[in-house]
Amino acid sequence: MMRFLKFIVKRFLHSILVLFGLSILIFVIARVIPGDPARMALGPRAPESVVQKFREDLHLDKPLYAQYYYWLAGALRGDLGMSLFTKRQVADDVKEFFPATFELMLFTGLVMSVFGILLGIVSARHSNRWPDNTVRVFSYLGVCTPAFVFAILFLLLFGYVFQILPTIGRISPAITRPPTRTGLMTLDSLLAGNLAAFWDAIKHLVMPGVALALGPMAQEARITRSSMTDNLQRDFIALERSQAIPERRIMSKYLLRISVIPTVSVLGLDFASQLGWAFLVELIFNWPGISRYGINVMLHKDLNAIVAVIMIIGLMFMVVNIVVDLIVSWLDPRIRLGAERGE
Amino acid sequence: MGIAGNRAVLFDKIKRAWYKFSKNPLSIVGGAIVFVVVFLAVFAPFVAPYPQHAGSFVNFSEASQPPSLRYLCGTDAFGRDILSRIFFGFRLSLIMGVVVISLTAPAGVTLGLVAGYMKGSWVETIIMRITDIFVAVPPLVLALAVCSILQPNIFNAMMAVSLMWWPWYCRMVFGIASSIRNEFYVQAAEITGAGKMHIIFKEMLPNCFGPIFTKVSLDMGWVILIGSALSFVGLGAQPPTPDLGTMVADGGKYMPDQWWIAVFPAFAIMLVVFGFNILGDGIRDMLEVEDV
Repeated sequence: MMRFLKFIVKRFLHSILVLFGLSILIFVIARVIPGDPARMALGPRAPESVVQKFREDLHLDKPLYAQYYYWLAGALRGDLGMSLFTKRQVADDVKEFFPATFELMLFTGLVMSVFGILLGIVSARHSNRWPDNTVRVFSYLGVCTPAFVFAILFLLLFGYVFQILPTIGRISPAITRPPTRTGLMTLDSLLAGNLAAFWDAIKHLVMPGVALALGPMAQEARITRSSMTDNLQRDFIALERSQAIPERRIMSKYLLRISVIPTVSVLGLDFASQLGWAFLVELIFNWPGISRYGINVMLHKDLNAIVAVIMIIGLMFMVVNIVVDLIVSWLDPRIRLGAERGE
Repeated sequence: MGIAGNRAVLFDKIKRAWYKFSKNPLSIVGGAIVFVVVFLAVFAPFVAPYPQHAGSFVNFSEASQPPSLRYLCGTDAFGRDILSRIFFGFRLSLIMGVVVISLTAPAGVTLGLVAGYMKGSWVETIIMRITDIFVAVPPLVLALAVCSILQPNIFNAMMAVSLMWWPWYCRMVFGIASSIRNEFYVQAAEITGAGKMHIIFKEMLPNCFGPIFTKVSLDMGWVILIGSALSFVGLGAQPPTPDLGTMVADGGKYMPDQWWIAVFPAFAIMLVVFGFNILGDGIRDMLEVEDV
């Protein structure tokens, strides 16, 4: 167990270093690129005195390493600077917008892992018959369709043509918002005991969440299917069958656990890339999350806010990867024990 | 073995590879889609029904026409034929893919090979730790940020995506290179006094070709997708450039009544990405590559 703990701690420290490097990278890109960031942010018509004042406020008149030092010292205190776009502290903006993205990504992750694995099981059990072939066609479609195209098609179909799902935001204006406790609309409304708000929040989550989940879900299904059909040929399955263990039990208890290991690994990667596509999907559904905020600050060249958004996304990416590592090592004792033996 | 023998072996290999490729109907479909898209893109000025509609053409009397025989995919709010603009959009998308991959693949592959060859030294540490930083954020997010800091236009979009793309090649090739680093043929070359360049490019590189070609084909789709995403949010190609992403974003404003303005360019993106994806799968099976 000690070694396993050490492995996790090492993984964590490495991620911290990577985040640190990422902050340097994005900082350098933001400040070194030709052009005057202060002038770019304020526009060509701003008077020189204002631009000069802005430069001094952002320490843009100092050398790059000093600028980075000021930024890092601030960031470690939780001060990410002012946003030019919202005219507020970036840290406050992040606090306000992050929960919405977190909720959306949780929902997306849930949909893609549960349905991806379920579809995979179905097509493995009926391999090369129609359920399997349907999933196969669906998976090719899912892989090649970007989330923002799904988003637009859903918007057209379920938002306008059939009008069964709400098209923008997190909750309908007609419904009283539950008091903000966690920032997650669904959880908050449950805590407030407001079931109408809960149902409304779920309905708002469906379109953006499914648009994000569909592509990866198709891939998870394919991977689960092929890993299950491969593992079905293994000797231990034959042994279990010869011991007259019911097929259902073999499937659920012995086969599934080892077969979802590759799925979970890919799930982590897919989830991370969906963090990127969330930028477009949040924009389409006017979802008040950190990604929509990110696009807005990018369109306004709001440097402090851009750096903060990238760091938040990097942090989410890092947490997802560590969680995936933990799940995989829980599922696969070989990895866990291997780490314990120091292999 | 003489040169003639080598050539016969090579010919045999190609024949076998082609047999494998052609046996899979999906790869043929992928190849066909890619061929058609490339053809339409290259000859866009000749095959597009209204080539003059590619740029800032305006004809309000024909604005927002639904799909008809005259305008197969309808017209947009400026009266421009959407089908013609899609053909020119293919052109831009393919240029984007080709430019980005021809910049990033050689750079990433070289760095990966060097890191793999120098495994355990400080060179490897520096290259791979820098790579770690780049892959710590989804490429789309970093590309968006870089594009926003630069002036948003199609050239900067290509530069931004290129800046984010090389680490993925570097990582993949490093994995292969570091595993073949201690193979006998590499050691034999070393012992016989072969130079570093010879070992890296003549001994190690050829063993990475399979995964590289597969990744290039799959990546064409992804790069086109990322490019269209950049344009979609307004950080890539700017109107009136006929870019598929810009067209989808523009069409979104006219939903749901004039659905065709957004939907057909969206389908065009799906088609290109689908084509390159299944072509990539076909190449993967043909070259017997395990994972890319």
